[in-house]
Amino acid sequence: MKSALFALAAVAAAAVPLHGHADAAAAAKNPSYVHGDFGPPRGDPIHAVLTAPPHVPAPTMRNYPAKVIVELEVIEKEMPISEGVTYTFWTFGGTVPGSFIRVRQGDTVEFHLRNNPNNKMPHNIDLHGVTGPGGGAASSFTAPGHESQFTFKALNEGLYVYHCATAPVGMHVANGMYGLLLVEPPQGLTPVDHEYYVMQGDFYTTGKYREKGHQPFDMEAAIAEKPTYVVFNGAEGALTGDKALTAKTGETVRLFVGNGGPNLVSSFHVIGEIFDRVQYEGGTHVQENVQTTLIPAGGAAIVEFHTEVPGSYVLVDHSIFRAFNKGALAILKVDGPEDKSIYSGKEVDSVYLGERANPNLAAVTQATKAAASGKLTKEEQIKAGQQLFTGTCSVCHQANGEGLPGVFPPLAKSDFIAADPKRPVQILLRGLTGKVTVNGKDYNSVMPPMSQLNDDEIANILTFVLNSWGNPGGRIEAEDVAKVRAEKPATPAAGH
Amino acid sequence: MPTTSAIALAASLLLAAPAADYVALPGGRFLSALPADAKAEAVTVAPFRLRSEPVTNAEFLAFVRTHPQWRRDRVARLFAEPRYLAHWQAADALGPDAPPQQPVTQVSWFAAKAYCESEGARLPTWYEWEFAAAADATRADARKDPAWRERILGWYAHPSTAPLAAIGGEADVYGVRDLHGLIWEWVDDFNSLLVSADSRDQNDPDRLKFCGAGALSLRDTENYAVLMRVAMLSSLKAADTTVNLGFRCAKPADAENK
Repeated sequence: MKSALFALAAVAAAAVPLHGHADAAAAAKNPSYVHGDFGPPRGDPIHAVLTAPPHVPAPTMRNYPAKVIVELEVIEKEMPISEGVTYTFWTFGGTVPGSFIRVRQGDTVEFHLRNNPNNKMPHNIDLHGVTGPGGGAASSFTAPGHESQFTFKALNEGLYVYHCATAPVGMHVANGMYGLLLVEPPQGLTPVDHEYYVMQGDFYTTGKYREKGHQPFDMEAAIAEKPTYVVFNGAEGALTGDKALTAKTGETVRLFVGNGGPNLVSSFHVIGEIFDRVQYEGGTHVQENVQTTLIPAGGAAIVEFHTEVPGSYVLVDHSIFRAFNKGALAILKVDGPEDKSIYSGKEVDSVYLGERANPNLAAVTQATKAAASGKLTKEEQIKAGQQLFTGTCSVCHQANGEGLPGVFPPLAKSDFIAADPKRPVQILLRGLTGKVTVNGKDYNSVMPPMSQLNDDEIANILTFVLNSWGNPGGRIEAEDVAKVRAEKPATPAAGH
Repeated sequence: MPTTSAIALAASLLLAAPAADYVALPGGRFLSALPADAKAEAVTVAPFRLRSEPVTNAEFLAFVRTHPQWRRDRVARLFAEPRYLAHWQAADALGPDAPPQQPVTQVSWFAAKAYCESEGARLPTWYEWEFAAAADATRADARKDPAWRERILGWYAHPSTAPLAAIGGEADVYGVRDLHGLIWEWVDDFNSLLVSADSRDQNDPDRLKFCGAGALSLRDTENYAVLMRVAMLSSLKAADTTVNLGFRCAKPADAENK
C-alpha cells in the first residue's frame, strides 16, 4: 500500500503544481474569484468510495475539479456500546461515526441521502463543508423510505464534521449521527504510511456505565450534559484489542480526528507520542510539536506523528476521567525493533527516597556497580557514603557531623564511635532510644531504625563517617552489616 | 344466483370489524408545543370525538373493497407513492405481513383522508391530536412528567425491525388507546406545521429543518416526544407512506357515535 501511495503521489505532485499556480493566478487577476471555485466539473462523474471507521478512503489523486456522487444511507440499528450493553444508534452508513467522505477542493458534490424504509425517524444532513443554508440540511430532510438529492461545490479545503440536524437535533447527534468530510487541498495531502479515522462522541443512557442490557437514551442526562459514555468510534473498545489501530516503527501516521459531541469538547492526546503536526480545528494552519489538541464538539483536527519505538500508544480524551471511567480510550499498536537511544525501557528499579533526589547520586551508582563486580574500594565507599549521608543523615547530624547541642549527638570526633567503631551498624539497623553520653554531653532522644537502607548503603555511610571529621578511620563492609542484620535483635537496653 | 357485487358486499360486511368506537374529548385551552403565534399563550381546541383506536389492516381492507379506486394497483400515483400498502400480500388480501388487528401503515395522507370520509369522519387536526396525546391513564395532561416522556421515548429507541403489535394498548383518561408506542399518525394539517406566524423569524418555512432552528420556534424544547412527532410529520408529502405511519379519524363533538 505504501509504495502504491507514493507512486500515485509522485504522479499527482508532478501534475498538480501547474494547476495550483493557475488557480492562484486566476485569484490574483480577478477580484470576484471565488476561493476554491476551479470552474465547472470536468471528466466523467465519480462515485465516491466511502469507508467505515477507522478506515479512510484513498487520496483522490486528481488535479482537476470533478463531479463526485456521494450516496449515504441512514440506518437505525441496535449495536453494542460496551460489553453486554446495547444501544439504538442512528447512523450514517451503518456505523458510528458515519462513513468517511473524501473529495477535492473545487469538486461538485452531488449528494444522495437515503432514509432506510425500516427507520422510524425522518433525517437530514448538515455538512460543515457546505456553503449554503443549513449546510444542506434544509435540502435533505427525508422521511423513512425516501431519498433526497442536493448538490454543492466544495469551496473550502479542510476536515469537516457532518451531522443530522433534524429536530430534536441534540437527540439525533447523541444517537451517533455524525461523521467526517475531508476536502483535500488541490495539491493533495502529503503521503503518509497510515491514515485513520477516529471520532469521539458522548452518549447518554438511562442505565449506569456498563449496566448490562439494552439501554435507552436518557434525555434528562443529555440536557444536563452528564454522559454515561464518552467513546471513540461509537463504542467502548471499538479500537482496542484485536481492533486496535496498527503501525510499524519508522512510519508516519495521520489521524483524522473528529468530535461529534453532542456536548463535550475533547482534549485529544496520544499517550507516549508528540504530534509533529496538527492542523488544528481541521483548518489550514499547522501547529507543530503538540502534546494535546483541543477538538470542539462539531469540530475536527488532522494530527500527524512519526513512530519511533514499538509499544501500545493510548489515544485518550485527557479530561482523564472520561478515559478511565467512561470509555474514551483507543490503542495504536506500533510493532518493530526497539531503539534504546530513543527510549530505553526500564533501566533501574530502585528505592526512591524523596530527600535524596537532590544530591547527585552518581557516586552511589558507581559504588553499586563496583560492589556488584566485587571491586568496591574504600574510596568509592567514602564517596558514595558522603552522598547518602547528605540525603539521609545530615538533616539531624548536620552536614558537618556536629549534630545539634542537646538534641542530636555529634558524629565528628566522636568518642562514642571511637569506643566501638562497629556499634553504629547496630544503631542504623535497630535504632537507638534513651540516654547516651557523647563527648561528655548527655543526649536523651530517639533515632528510628534506618530500615530503608540496604547493607551496601549502610556500609558506605559508616565508612564515610569513620573517615571524616577526625574519626579513627577504618572500613565497614556490606558483610559486616549483613552479619549484624542476621543477629537476633538485642534487647533495647543492651546497646548502652 | 347472487351477483358479484352482492358477494363483494357480503364479504365486506363479514370482514368489517365492529363499527369504530369514537370517544368524546372535552377540548379547551391548551398549551401546544407549537404555539399558533408567538403572542398566543394557548390554543383553543373545540370539543371533538376521536377514534379510540387506529384504523386496522382489516378495516382498511374492507374500505379498499368497497372503494376499489384505493386499491394499491388502481390508486392514482398522485395520491399514493409506489410503496402504498406494499406489505399486503395482494391488492385485496392482507397476508402474513399484515395481520388484521395490526394498525394499517404504508398509507398516504390522501388515502387516510378518503378512509375517514367513508366513516363520516375526518383526520384530526394537529392540535386535536396533540391534545389527546397529552393524556395518560390518569391525567388529561401528563406532559410534564419525566416518566411519561421516558416511556414514549422508549418506543423511539427501538428500530422497527420487529412486526407491529396489534391495537388495544392501555386506555387513557378519555378511553383512547395507542396514541403512543405503536405508530406515527397522520393529521389533517400535517403540512402546515412548518408555517409560522412568528414575526421574528420572517415566516421562514425551513425553520424546523435544520440545526437550531427548531429550538427557536418550539415552546417546549424538552418535550422530545412531541418534537419528534412534529419533525416526522414535517418530513412528509401527502402521497408518502412509511412502515410506521398509520392514522385514526375524528368527528365533531355533536356527531353521533356510530
